[in-house]
Amino acid sequence: MGLDINIKKAKKNAFRISKERGIGASRIRVPGGYLKAEILGMVQEIAEKYGNGIVHLTTRQGFEIEGIRLEDMDKINEMLQPIIELLDINQTEKGTGYPASGTRNITACIGNNVCPFANYNTAEFAKRVEKEVFPNDLHFKIAFTGCSNDCAKVRMHDFGIIGMTMPQYDPSRCVSCQACIKGCRSLSVDALRMENYSIVRDEEKCIGCGVCITKCPNRALTRSKKKYYKLTIMGRTGKKNPRLGEDFLIWTDEDTIVKIILNTYRFVKQYIDPNAPGGKEHIGYIIDRVGFEEYKKWALEGVELLPETKIRDCIYWSNGIRFDRP
Amino acid sequence: MGYQISRAAADAFFGRLQSQFCIYAPRVYERDGCFSDTDVIRYGEVHSLDEIEWNRRSDYSFKEILFPVRETLFYFTEEETSVPSGNEKKLLIFLRSCDLYALKRLDAIYLQNGPEDFYYRRRRDNARFVLMGCPESCGTGFCVSMGTSRAEDYDLYLKITQDSVLADCPNGELEAILLAQGNAEQLHVVPDSPASNPEKVTLPANLSVSSFSSPLWEEYGNRCIGCGRCNFVCPTCTCFTMQDIHYQDNGKVGERRRVWASCQVDGFTDIAGGGSFRKKQSERMRFKVMHKIYDFQKRFGYPMCVGCGRCDSVCPEYISYVNLINRLEKEEA
Repeated sequence: MGLDINIKKAKKNAFRISKERGIGASRIRVPGGYLKAEILGMVQEIAEKYGNGIVHLTTRQGFEIEGIRLEDMDKINEMLQPIIELLDINQTEKGTGYPASGTRNITACIGNNVCPFANYNTAEFAKRVEKEVFPNDLHFKIAFTGCSNDCAKVRMHDFGIIGMTMPQYDPSRCVSCQACIKGCRSLSVDALRMENYSIVRDEEKCIGCGVCITKCPNRALTRSKKKYYKLTIMGRTGKKNPRLGEDFLIWTDEDTIVKIILNTYRFVKQYIDPNAPGGKEHIGYIIDRVGFEEYKKWALEGVELLPETKIRDCIYWSNGIRFDRP
Repeated sequence: MGYQISRAAADAFFGRLQSQFCIYAPRVYERDGCFSDTDVIRYGEVHSLDEIEWNRRSDYSFKEILFPVRETLFYFTEEETSVPSGNEKKLLIFLRSCDLYALKRLDAIYLQNGPEDFYYRRRRDNARFVLMGCPESCGTGFCVSMGTSRAEDYDLYLKITQDSVLADCPNGELEAILLAQGNAEQLHVVPDSPASNPEKVTLPANLSVSSFSSPLWEEYGNRCIGCGRCNFVCPTCTCFTMQDIHYQDNGKVGERRRVWASCQVDGFTDIAGGGSFRKKQSERMRFKVMHKIYDFQKRFGYPMCVGCGRCDSVCPEYISYVNLINRLEKEEA
């Protein structure tokens, strides 16, 4: 009997069709790259029972169980169920595996659970957005990084979220040691100077990285109670025109970011090329086609920006790398 | 005299104290720590017993209440100077045994080391001290080794228990306020103190100028980044520097203030003409440690360090002062 498999459906169900006939891979998304260690044992069990014993750590913080037979997909989906539940993935029907694969796993650096530089809990925010957007077959790439170091390379994503903090200065605790000034100069953007033995911050230059705060030996500089974010948009890799994401909002908040992402899904549904291969088109190309002004109108629908938020009126992405086509 | 009072009576007692004193105690400042979503415990004014952090040692000591980080000594115009008036209210400071021993060191430096310091004296005379017990040792303190685990010179000792409050009140003035709340049951109250610490320190017995040649100074100095945290958290570091501030709208008037200084931070030994005595971190480390356990002792008869362990907890480079001293002691053997 011939192998009769709906490849399109299998792909959306998070299976890869490999180059070896009849053999595929099971892809396990881990939102924010944050998981309980017990999941590792479950992945091992599937890999040893249905795969070839090898697991690939994917570039987007997931596991790919290699060497599975495509006819075992249903049985694998059943074994995936406890993993899906532990990861709190939105699912349409129990026991049927991951329901969509278009929107890519939402990735995050390790964040402030561990890292001294991070300005927020990246995994928590990634999971919040995960709950909002999945399941979804549109091609979106979203990533979270704790600070301006951008270890998560969020500028290569459609949406990059960079943690910021607004330094709070208490001159009565300042010993004028200049650790903050030296730190900002050598590690960041040289936004601090001393006047009359007190620190003056250039608000235009400051990127809210938080270096000055970690350098302060006497808690004269502390973090703002409110957490701030920079939202970068429309970075991408790929065949045609790779480019870095540009700043869209600076000093924004979580709710605004969630709204803009959801608004962008509506924008894409409206303007995506109906003939796009596999229903996939980078959002950046859609914006290039309809114009930034139109995108901005959709993105900011129902959004109320914080008074301190800076917004870019118009974004001209740098050309990046272009491969001219005839 | 020791007493047991109800929690309600203790709250009323606190309220009465508040009308007469500015009350300072270790408090949790949420999310004001060095790293994102971390707290810092430091001194601040408190308005109830619940605001006080009773269980954990403060990251920064009480010294900033008596010796502010920045203190204006006088204001100046072209013709005259004027000294800021002192606190109107008396100070009530909650602290632990090690810090009460540190108070003796601050007194030694500011009151018994040549002419008295006017600014310290007026605050000090105005201050009363409430001992907080340590039923268990903190993680890095070595008060038992330093003989600072059982302070006696307190005005009041308070302990909050499940259903009442225990007090010991050698200070008659405070005792009168306490008894005015009524229903105080007499009881023998002994402040909680740890029997031992996980960290144990043996001070070197024979330090001298020849200890300068120990290779330990280079070893630890090479790891030190000169941030000064160990000085700023230390309850016995008393060094300051001067800053003359000329107001920006009129540069002919201004103020002179003194500001905490650190022997580990650049600039501490800078002198006119561009000289600097201790350029290397190893020399600064040596200076600090020798001051804590040698020079001060020679002058006053007891070591400066009280073994609170804050310097070990705060060092971002994980330099252990405890280990350094114990290794110094071993080198002698």
